[in-house]
Amino acid sequence: MSESKVTFEKGNVALAKAAVAAGCRYYFGYPITPQSDIPEYLSGVLPRIGGQFVQAESEVASINMLLGAGATGKRAMTSSSSPGISLKQEGISYMAGSEIPAVIVNVQRSGPGLGGIAPSQGDYFQATRGGGHGDYRVIVLAPASVQEMYDLTVLAFELADAYRTPVMVLADAMIGMMKEPLEEWVPQNPEPAKDDWAATGAAGRPGRRIKSLYLGDGELAEHNWKLAQKYERIRREETRVQIELPEGCELAVVAFGSAARIAKSAVDRLNDEGRRVGYVRPITLWPFPEEAIRRVAEQGVPLLTVELNTGQMVEDVRLAVEGRAPVHFAGYPPGYLPSPDDIYDEIVRRLPAGKEAA
Amino acid sequence: MKPVFVRPQSLTDKPFHFCPGCHHGVIHRLVAEAIDRFGVRERTIAAASVGCSVFLYDYFDIDVVESPHGRAPAVATGIKRTNPDKFVFIYQGDGDLAAIGTAEIIHAANRGENLTVVFVNNTVYGMTGGQMAPTTLLGQPTTTSPYGREFGQDGYPIKMTEMLAQLEGVGFAARVAVDTPARLAQARKAVFRAFETQLEEKGMGFVEILSSCPTNWGMKPLEAVRRIEREMIPYFPLGVYKERKGSDAL
Repeated sequence: MSESKVTFEKGNVALAKAAVAAGCRYYFGYPITPQSDIPEYLSGVLPRIGGQFVQAESEVASINMLLGAGATGKRAMTSSSSPGISLKQEGISYMAGSEIPAVIVNVQRSGPGLGGIAPSQGDYFQATRGGGHGDYRVIVLAPASVQEMYDLTVLAFELADAYRTPVMVLADAMIGMMKEPLEEWVPQNPEPAKDDWAATGAAGRPGRRIKSLYLGDGELAEHNWKLAQKYERIRREETRVQIELPEGCELAVVAFGSAARIAKSAVDRLNDEGRRVGYVRPITLWPFPEEAIRRVAEQGVPLLTVELNTGQMVEDVRLAVEGRAPVHFAGYPPGYLPSPDDIYDEIVRRLPAGKEAA
Repeated sequence: MKPVFVRPQSLTDKPFHFCPGCHHGVIHRLVAEAIDRFGVRERTIAAASVGCSVFLYDYFDIDVVESPHGRAPAVATGIKRTNPDKFVFIYQGDGDLAAIGTAEIIHAANRGENLTVVFVNNTVYGMTGGQMAPTTLLGQPTTTSPYGREFGQDGYPIKMTEMLAQLEGVGFAARVAVDTPARLAQARKAVFRAFETQLEEKGMGFVEILSSCPTNWGMKPLEAVRRIEREMIPYFPLGVYKERKGSDAL
């Protein structure tokens, strides 16, 4: 963080600036609310710094342009919002299968169907289960602030290259559209060389195939196991979570992204009032911080999962807890953005009785 | 002794898997000859498509990126925009290009992407076993048009070259066939022109090649070749439909 400056910035713009800072020079996308600040920003910047901005005819085309760019080893990105991300799933599956690095941004709106443009976390399942066909995973990073829109986008490019896999930044309309102070910093990690695998023209070597089709006897099983081993390595080394667990914790809130942001205000207020409420915020949704959550549950701490949907991540929390502690849920489907007071009440309702602070 | 016929350098020595009488092998060779002729093997990146030509990457000794069904023009756009110094071609069948990938080819053409497109039209879905394609001729029976294609039910066979020739972004558009030695020579010339169009940055160079599919047409190879002349060419006329001349860069 040698050179840095602080500005007041919108989440979507912070993300776009991070992409440029991370060395991304190529963007392919299609307009959709509430993420259009990203292509609008990049359409101005990229052509002036030797890059390319292509507004594609569809989400399907833009993800496949990304596939082509990524296959040649270039740092590239697409962004969209929920319905558009559904259309991109074909390409994401191919990229996972072909081990092509790329960054995909989902500034979630609400569904199902055309749904609405309000913030939602309804795409948790789609994001964390791969999303398209086949047995694969996508690394999913969940920013909870404008600063993290920047920080996690830089990380997304690094992880995509490190593991040759698509990485998703899963934001939502709230984080994308709000403004906060942003400290822009210049990433120091150099982009790795990709000469050993990328399609760069077969100069002085045999041709290469960037592909996911394996028809030979046993080849596909071998390829799937190879991917599985990579995912296992990612689980081991890239799981990220923020945990604040006070001594004698009575209950811990588990939330990500904008829900975590709102829940944090409620948690802080309760702790100020003398209660002991913990805070667990998965930063990577896949890999999910199951071990960290299991350790909380092993201390007998009940958990309250808060999401802007009717219950998706709570399933992963329950899988991590495996019955070691009660797992409660407070859900807010799109149309109503909870206030810290709402979540405060949900927490208080579940706190052990008779221990209220004076 | 002077060799009179050799394998193009950019082809591997792997035997083609194509059925007897299929024209993919001949067309692969034409493309390989063009790669050699223009000396672009070491800077070529191809986007393969889905269908019988999916194994293109086994036969060409070049870098190949596999595309989802119909998406090769988008994949190639991503490759070429990020690597303008590379030579990028795509090779698609009729189901791939003219049905599921119609949007991608039209918009890549309309943007004037500097790509070379080899479009193989055999009026049928080959790899999936002979289903009706967008180019299936009226009256032609297939496994999903068992009574023959009928326009009230299935619409008309689509003429991609004519359509694409209308777009400003296309620098060269031609339809050729490889059913006779004379037409093969014309086809070679058209493929070369489609390569030159990209090298001269004149937008998309597009060649539609009428091809046989004896297996799915239920014909012997010679009958299949005759069908191209008798049934396909009358509906899909051969010729150059668009050629941006001289120094008219896009």
